[in-house]
Amino acid sequence: MKNSRKPSHFLCKLNTQYFSRLKWQIGGDNLFKIIGALFASSILLLLGLMVYELINGSWLSIQTFGSGFLIGTKWDPAISRVFGALPLILGTIVTSAIALLIGVPISLGISLALSEYMPKKFGFAISFLVELLAAVPSVIYGLWGIFVLIPFLRDHVYSRLQALFGFVPAFSGSIYGGGVLTGGIVLAIMIIPTVSSVMRDLFSAVPNSQREAMIALGATKWETVKTVISYARSGVIGAVILGLGRAVGETMAITMVIGNKFQVWPSSLFDAWYTMSAIIANELLEATYDLYVSALMNVALVLLFVTLVINILSRLIVWRTLKLVRGISKE
Amino acid sequence: MNHYKFRLVKDRVAFLLVHLSLTLALIPLFSVLYEVVQKGISTITIDFFISPTPTVGEKGGGAANAIQGTLITIGLASLIGIPIGLMSGVFLSEYSEHRLSIIVRFFNDVLSGIPSIIIGVFAYALIVRSIGFSVIAAAFALAIIMIPIVTRTTEEALKLVPMSIREAAIALGVPRWKTVVTIVLRSAKKAVVTGMLLSIARIAGESAPVLVTMGYWRWWFAGLDRPAANLALNVFVFAMSPFESWIALAWGSALVLILLVLGINFAVRIFTRERY
Repeated sequence: MKNSRKPSHFLCKLNTQYFSRLKWQIGGDNLFKIIGALFASSILLLLGLMVYELINGSWLSIQTFGSGFLIGTKWDPAISRVFGALPLILGTIVTSAIALLIGVPISLGISLALSEYMPKKFGFAISFLVELLAAVPSVIYGLWGIFVLIPFLRDHVYSRLQALFGFVPAFSGSIYGGGVLTGGIVLAIMIIPTVSSVMRDLFSAVPNSQREAMIALGATKWETVKTVISYARSGVIGAVILGLGRAVGETMAITMVIGNKFQVWPSSLFDAWYTMSAIIANELLEATYDLYVSALMNVALVLLFVTLVINILSRLIVWRTLKLVRGISKE
Repeated sequence: MNHYKFRLVKDRVAFLLVHLSLTLALIPLFSVLYEVVQKGISTITIDFFISPTPTVGEKGGGAANAIQGTLITIGLASLIGIPIGLMSGVFLSEYSEHRLSIIVRFFNDVLSGIPSIIIGVFAYALIVRSIGFSVIAAAFALAIIMIPIVTRTTEEALKLVPMSIREAAIALGVPRWKTVVTIVLRSAKKAVVTGMLLSIARIAGESAPVLVTMGYWRWWFAGLDRPAANLALNVFVFAMSPFESWIALAWGSALVLILLVLGINFAVRIFTRERY
């Protein structure tokens, strides 16, 4: 405790003319640091305020429905004014799961092609193209989904799928074009750039000694690549969770292709459904009374909570792996 | 020997699969670009840039009001978001070991992962409920989307400036803040501006937060406390409409939007190529 009072800078104590200028400079530096810290902490403030506002906004709904909101299966703003979000939560989970099922293997392939198979220079140009996929606005994917992807899937893919696997309930029923599977496919396209670029960074960070050791043992290229994957595997899981975070929150594109039909479980993969983000975008403007708005805010709160958990988890995993991998390669 | 052949076959299959997945992923990109250009190009006439949204059934019309509204909203969002992002980025890079920096860096990443619709709902709760649907609310939401991007890129850009330059300035007796403003920021100017441009490209295409903070507005800009039209929202509303002429306008708006967004991305990439 003796040293707890830090002596102020010794230059500050001297009061000659020469040093007063220096003192002012040190004051300027402190001011600079404080202003910077204020701006930086505004990010924390915004996040805190966001959580507070959403809890505050959904308080009425939480009071009215309690935890029943999460398991309720009715969404009836017109007559009985009962709100339950289970179908929305299920819709978000299932579409995101489809997106991961399609998107993750492809992302893994892309990132391996870019980091392991292609020459660096060529890979750089291609990875720019993949990143352009991420730059295309979500609403344009929605537009493309309605007028290009849906007709294509309906006429060429879904009917064939049904002919092959029609005996499975998931592939039976009538085909509209839009629906759960189409939503999942659009989401997959949208998460591929994110997941593949994180994976590529991870694989590029794996030290060459690992690859050299495998080659020296007489391994084929694929066997070498497999060790690279297993070396960065926890980071790969983090990248997948990061993609999940994007898929869960995606709004406009999915709203435009999923069909927006509130039901607990769709009759097949071709049936229309709803997601949490889509219902907020569609109904927040039309919500005419407090409980309705509050219920929508409650949906937003659930979504915020889910994405916060997903994000924090994935960042921690990716960070740790990158640190671990890079730390070892430095030695 | 058989086992060896099996391993080689597996190797070839893996090679094929990896490249197949790359091709598969690029198909949507080219398809989107092709369709948007092909379907949008016929809508892009002079009329598109000078006349506002047509009323129901009216022929022609354009997206001039949406372009105006988008520019104003983006401008206001940049005015809020860029200074905050820039200063935070400077703090994170210049005081990178500070405890606050470590926390902020982490939560900045978390903020960038929050869906834009949630940010829209936040702006709705905070601003729309007190002053109504307005450009201010939309710009606030878009600024929150910008902040993590600008912060991140500014930090990365300043970290690329060699430590020796800072040390040289400090050895000459230049105060630290002056070193940062006049030397570090100046030498990283290109990369910092790049980050800002990328964040602008990102918010130009955002439609979900705009939808819940401004609603759909089909007239000219009428003040910051009123809604304004928006290109991305035009695409959404027109695409869901039953009229042929409106759907054509959706493709036209999409083309302008994609040219803007991808144009910024391309320009930035070419602009900063020698850096990498």
